[in-house]
Amino acid sequence: MATTFMERHRKLERNVTLLGVLAFAAVTVGGIVEIAPLFWIDNTIEKVEGMRPYTPLEQAGRDIYVREGCYVCHSQMIRPFRDEVERYGHYSLAAESMYDHPFQWGSKRTGPDLARVGGKYSDEWQVQHLTDPRSVVPESIMPTYAFLKAQPLDQGDMVPALQTLERVGVPYTKEAIAAANADLKAQADPDADHAAFLKHYPKAAARDFDGDPKRLTEMDALVAYLQVLGTMVDVNAPAAQEHLAKEKGR
Amino acid sequence: MDSVLPRTGLWLGALFFTVIATALAVDTGFAVHMMICGLAALIGLIVTVRGWDPAAAIRPVDTSRYDDDLIRLGVIATVFWGMAGFLAGLWIALEMAFPQFNLGLQWINFGRLRPLHTSAVIFAFGGNALIATSFYVVQRTCRTRLALPGLATFVFWGYQLFIVLAATGYLMGISQGKEYAEPEWYVDLWLTVVWVAYLAVFVATLLKRSEPHIYVANWFYLAFILTVAMLHLVNNANIPVSFFGSRSYPVFGGVQGALVQWWYGHNAVGFFLTAGFLAMMYYFVPKQAERPVYSYRLSIIHFWALIFLYIWAGPHHLHYTALPDWAQTLGMVFSVMLWMPSWGGMINGLMTLNGAWDKIRTDPILRMMVLALAFYGMSTFEGPMMSIKSVNSLSHYTDWTIGHVHSGALGWNGMITFSCLYYMAPRLWGRERLYSLRMVNWHFWLATLGIVFYTAAMWVAGLTQGLMWREYGPDGYLVNSFADTVAALHPMYALRVVGGLLYLSGAAVMTVNITRTILGHLRDEQPLHSAAFDPERDVPLTPATAA
Repeated sequence: MATTFMERHRKLERNVTLLGVLAFAAVTVGGIVEIAPLFWIDNTIEKVEGMRPYTPLEQAGRDIYVREGCYVCHSQMIRPFRDEVERYGHYSLAAESMYDHPFQWGSKRTGPDLARVGGKYSDEWQVQHLTDPRSVVPESIMPTYAFLKAQPLDQGDMVPALQTLERVGVPYTKEAIAAANADLKAQADPDADHAAFLKHYPKAAARDFDGDPKRLTEMDALVAYLQVLGTMVDVNAPAAQEHLAKEKGR
Repeated sequence: MDSVLPRTGLWLGALFFTVIATALAVDTGFAVHMMICGLAALIGLIVTVRGWDPAAAIRPVDTSRYDDDLIRLGVIATVFWGMAGFLAGLWIALEMAFPQFNLGLQWINFGRLRPLHTSAVIFAFGGNALIATSFYVVQRTCRTRLALPGLATFVFWGYQLFIVLAATGYLMGISQGKEYAEPEWYVDLWLTVVWVAYLAVFVATLLKRSEPHIYVANWFYLAFILTVAMLHLVNNANIPVSFFGSRSYPVFGGVQGALVQWWYGHNAVGFFLTAGFLAMMYYFVPKQAERPVYSYRLSIIHFWALIFLYIWAGPHHLHYTALPDWAQTLGMVFSVMLWMPSWGGMINGLMTLNGAWDKIRTDPILRMMVLALAFYGMSTFEGPMMSIKSVNSLSHYTDWTIGHVHSGALGWNGMITFSCLYYMAPRLWGRERLYSLRMVNWHFWLATLGIVFYTAAMWVAGLTQGLMWREYGPDGYLVNSFADTVAALHPMYALRVVGGLLYLSGAAVMTVNITRTILGHLRDEQPLHSAAFDPERDVPLTPATAA
């Protein structure tokens, strides 16, 4: 038995094509079985109320978050443990990152989780903390990001950015894409007319984020992004729905 | 050499294209990168026109009948990028212990320098070691010269360009935000071209082999090249915002994006850092030990089991996240199973020393290989353990993971690479021996001590962090604020710096040793092992000597 197996294997050892094809077949199976179903099993992402695409300003802030590699120290994924839920809030739902390209769940918490950091601190605190982390948290080892406030927001044309995101599955409307650059400016300007902006992004916060209404800086964008994290979904609502769904069966 | 004219045209075309792309660039980072590409095209043009062979400058007397010019360059590149990667690692370790080391400069903030460190050690140091050793091994085990030598040259230099683009990109903040896959879309496309060329050279060389059998090391190299191609293509499926800008958005987002990323991320470990390095082990350990591979049958079984099982293990990076539970559990089960084929490789390597174990006392290179296999065994036990959900609930997000990764990277990948470099250097340059074996011994102990400091510090840091996060007082409230846990880790972060410094010093000793070997120097030193002998006392006892 063993010898026949060895003899059969000898064939592979003398044929590059056969060896390559079989090796490739062996390495594809796992990925197909694990990844493919995520695209068609319905309950992978349970539907929740409130999710909307990021505003152009928030998306520009997210691009800065990615650029600075914030994800190497901060996760955005609260696990369903008592200590995590008490520390950071309700555990993260799959739907809450459904429009995240790329996802930023992270793998390391050198700093705290940020999945629900939105609204936890004031804009002033965020700006102060990013400018000089140790002035508000003495134990912090975070680098300083004072340069964000010095650099004007140079995100480029947001229309193709939103178009690209729409192409990968983020449901921006045609009007929202066309108005991307105007919406970006409107959100950071407390005196602007926000009617059109709010029509594209219901309940989005429009104000000056970096404490300097005269300038639109990278700090504005990043703080706008941080302040929206985890705030779109009323996390208690799906829990109530789940509860109701269970009751029905009795 | 084939006609210079079409190649000159190709370089000119590339140069023209990069100039246009620089002019049309929508962001500074992209413009800088196109200028770097233009510079590379210009160098290619000059080299082609002058008919100058860059390897000729460092070519010694050609004693080998194999095509070794590129491998010599590869050895130098591996040492160079290794030093760069370890130095970046030391610097970010300093940044974590003392945040002042960020210097308030955006280009070297931890978030940008950390991808530089990981890419430099994995892709620049590890990648060059893999390319160089695979070209060395495939020629010798097939008893043939490299097929497509021109394409092989392109693979080497194209890969260096990829490294330069990736590294400079990180410093400028060009990142697609996926761990170990940070380079942006155009750098990914370039790597795809280089990688396909690499596959072509490797397979073509296997096809023209003079030996009927394909040696086991080549199975692992082949699986590594094929799988990395698949992982790279799927995980980097991005749509650029502009064809003249650096930004792009990934096709897969959210939960699907997370699993695609960790399917990639885990198998970058599984195939880049495991299958490829096992291939190195399968050639160089038997060579250095002068013993045949322990078990042919074991190598067959563990090869197929390893490549089949590894692919499934990715979800263990996403335990207790929003990834569906079934995928997490599947990932965990396969991760635990993976322990067996991993140890199959370790056993096959270690048992190859059967009958040659005494050599590890006298041969520091072989000792390095044994240590590498020991660390491979330890980290492939630790990995499956950490992939168990209840263990992972404590270890995930903490420095335990960092400790685990470094016991594998510093212990297994680093040590096996160093020993292969020590094996190849005197042979490639036709030297009698290494400049100094005693310096290899120094390297061995500095590196080993460095790993012990590093991993011990990170284990303690990880457990401290995990336990402090979940600590409840008798009043039913969380005991520690997050800031408390950060403060508690400071001593461990400082100790890690010491470990990194030791490991870097060891690599610096190697740099001197290999450089002087290349230069043809021989250090005047006592051999590492010799039985004591004093000729003056080796005389019969006479009244004269007795007095």
